[in-house]
Amino acid sequence: MTGMTASPPPLFPPVADTVIARFRRRRMLSFAVPLAILAYLLYAAMAFDVAGLAARAKMDNAKVLLADFWSHKTHVTRDNRSGRLTVAIEGEAKGLYPQGRLPGWVTVAGEVTTIDLGGGHVVTYDAAGARYAVPDYGIIDIRPQGDRLVLTTPEGALPDWINASDRRVSVTTAGGRFAYTRSKVETFRYAAGWPAFFFTPDSPFFGKSWTQLAGLALWGERLDPSRPNVAAMASGFLNNAMWQHGAVFWAMFETILMAFLGTFGAAILALPLGFMAARNMMPFGALRFGLRRVFDFIRGVDGLIWTIVLARAFGPGPMTGALAMLLTDTGSFGKMFSEALENIDEKQVEGVRSTGADSLQRARFGVIPQVMPVLLSQVLYFLESNTRSATVIGAIVGGGIGLMLTQAIQTQKDWEDVAWYIVLIVLMVMAMDSLSGWLRRKLIRGS
Amino acid sequence: MADIAHGTNPARPLPGDTSAAYLALVRRRRLYGGIILLVFALAMISGFRLAEDRNAGGFLNGLPLVLDFPSEVLSEAWDKRANLPGLILRHLPSLVETLNIAAVSTLLGGMAAMVLALLSTRGLARWPRLTGLFRRLMDGARAIPEIVIALVLIYILGGGPVPAAVAIAIHTAGALGKLFSEVAENADLKPVEGLQSVGASWMQRMWLGVVPQVAPNWLSYALLRFEINVRASAILGFVGAGGIGYDLKIAMQWGQGRYDLVVAIFLLLFLTIVAIDRLSDHARNRLVKG
Repeated sequence: MTGMTASPPPLFPPVADTVIARFRRRRMLSFAVPLAILAYLLYAAMAFDVAGLAARAKMDNAKVLLADFWSHKTHVTRDNRSGRLTVAIEGEAKGLYPQGRLPGWVTVAGEVTTIDLGGGHVVTYDAAGARYAVPDYGIIDIRPQGDRLVLTTPEGALPDWINASDRRVSVTTAGGRFAYTRSKVETFRYAAGWPAFFFTPDSPFFGKSWTQLAGLALWGERLDPSRPNVAAMASGFLNNAMWQHGAVFWAMFETILMAFLGTFGAAILALPLGFMAARNMMPFGALRFGLRRVFDFIRGVDGLIWTIVLARAFGPGPMTGALAMLLTDTGSFGKMFSEALENIDEKQVEGVRSTGADSLQRARFGVIPQVMPVLLSQVLYFLESNTRSATVIGAIVGGGIGLMLTQAIQTQKDWEDVAWYIVLIVLMVMAMDSLSGWLRRKLIRGS
Repeated sequence: MADIAHGTNPARPLPGDTSAAYLALVRRRRLYGGIILLVFALAMISGFRLAEDRNAGGFLNGLPLVLDFPSEVLSEAWDKRANLPGLILRHLPSLVETLNIAAVSTLLGGMAAMVLALLSTRGLARWPRLTGLFRRLMDGARAIPEIVIALVLIYILGGGPVPAAVAIAIHTAGALGKLFSEVAENADLKPVEGLQSVGASWMQRMWLGVVPQVAPNWLSYALLRFEINVRASAILGFVGAGGIGYDLKIAMQWGQGRYDLVVAIFLLLFLTIVAIDRLSDHARNRLVKG
């Protein structure tokens, strides 16, 4: 070592040069790769027109969506011709409060209706028109006269949150929204939560607290004399007209059913096909080659196309989705199974053969026990990912929770339903994930 | 083992008993296996009948029709086969868009997955207490089907490639993050310790100590993901997110008379998927086997 430091080794320069050159190339590469990725992403940003996205984005939609995710609005409407007052969640007929059981913040005294929006905002409907008391501003007063509306506001210019014309006056404040036209006057009150989630307002259980409900279920007097309270609650919940929990749970079941049938159907079909496509099991090369190409073709055509083709023959529904998944996965399983079969240990087969077993027995006792854990774990992986695909395929073939989700999104107003479906789908996929993981551990260790 | 030579031992079961016990065991195992198989078969059959009930058309009624649609499409396309090359060329830009969606989402999702995986791997995590949190984050990202995010984003941003790319990227981050973390768990910690001893920061330890070890496996998983993402982006196009899937949907809606277009798009998609499959298979073999 000491000798080395005294004079540089004359023999090594070529080696040193190549090493240094390699290092330089490495260093270049470590700069070039991120640069290339960055350049590609810049190109993609231009191709996708990300710059124009801000202009096209509809932030109002985002606001509506986010508000619906955690809150609701209640419409208090008076028909100005008949004087009829309705209070309804989201303004839907299914969310209508029955007369005599209006929420506490609406008080009716003769012809005068008072709506307390909270925070000092109070709206009053009376025979002559309507008034809205806005804190720190004053009273907005509207009287119809003949054909037009007369608006009286405190002194000063009209603020921009009041929108007034002869035919329509609308006010938007932090407390809620208010609109007056000749035909009707309407107030929206916003509040957190989804009040009709469990029971619709026409149910006797609506608006009760958990303790009250538990009391009613366990020892309370029967609200409906024909059946116990628990049964009435269950049916009120499942047949909830706004949320349709029964239908939603059924749709979830249908989605899982599609995944189950598709995955295991494909596994059953692919097992013999995999044997026929494995080099060490199938002596006829032509058949083997043909089967492999069939697997490649099925996988190449892709689930989307199979879904379309099968939907033409079988019509929309969950069976079509299951069959599409079955077909696509047969291709994948066939390939994977045949590869697993080619990697088996031949000694065990030899051993079984030495006892005079025929080919079927050799397969049953020499091959299956070896490959079963591998095959099963592959199938169970697919079961989990197919649950997710079943949502998408359901949206295309019209079955399961995927259909409900796309319908709810397309109506563009029931975003609370969308939020709930997303929660359910995520929980369902997570549950299937842990179920398949548990089964995988159990089966593979067990056998 | 040597005991056997001593003949009968009252403490041990006689050979006859052993074989009887063994046979009983086998019989019991077979019985359990049979019961499980029976339950499984019943579940399959009743599930299938249930699904058939809810379907618009029955299985046996539809079976003869399966080939009707493809043959109708193909025969029409054959009559107009002269149009095919032109149509294929015209739809190449859509194919490029689909591929771009897949590539961008794989890149972005893959980068997020790298960070998430390192943060959630025991022994490597920057904040060991938070590994559970990052894992749950990945589970959540993995569990959300792409279509959900895509449809919600289409509502806000309008149709186009960006909602699809974001949706697939989120799912990719979760799916790849889990696989990346499994690989990183098996990484040799000695380089990391060496780097730590010379005062390297966490970023330096990961970038210089862990990433070079796991890069081949990570790349191979990312390639596999890219393959999956090409398919996913074609499907998302079908629900309104642009690319070749959207063209296919429009062509299907025109229906008869434009089947040459359907076949052209189908051919494009098929050839692309097969080509990418082959390329990534080859590349992955080289990566993992050196």
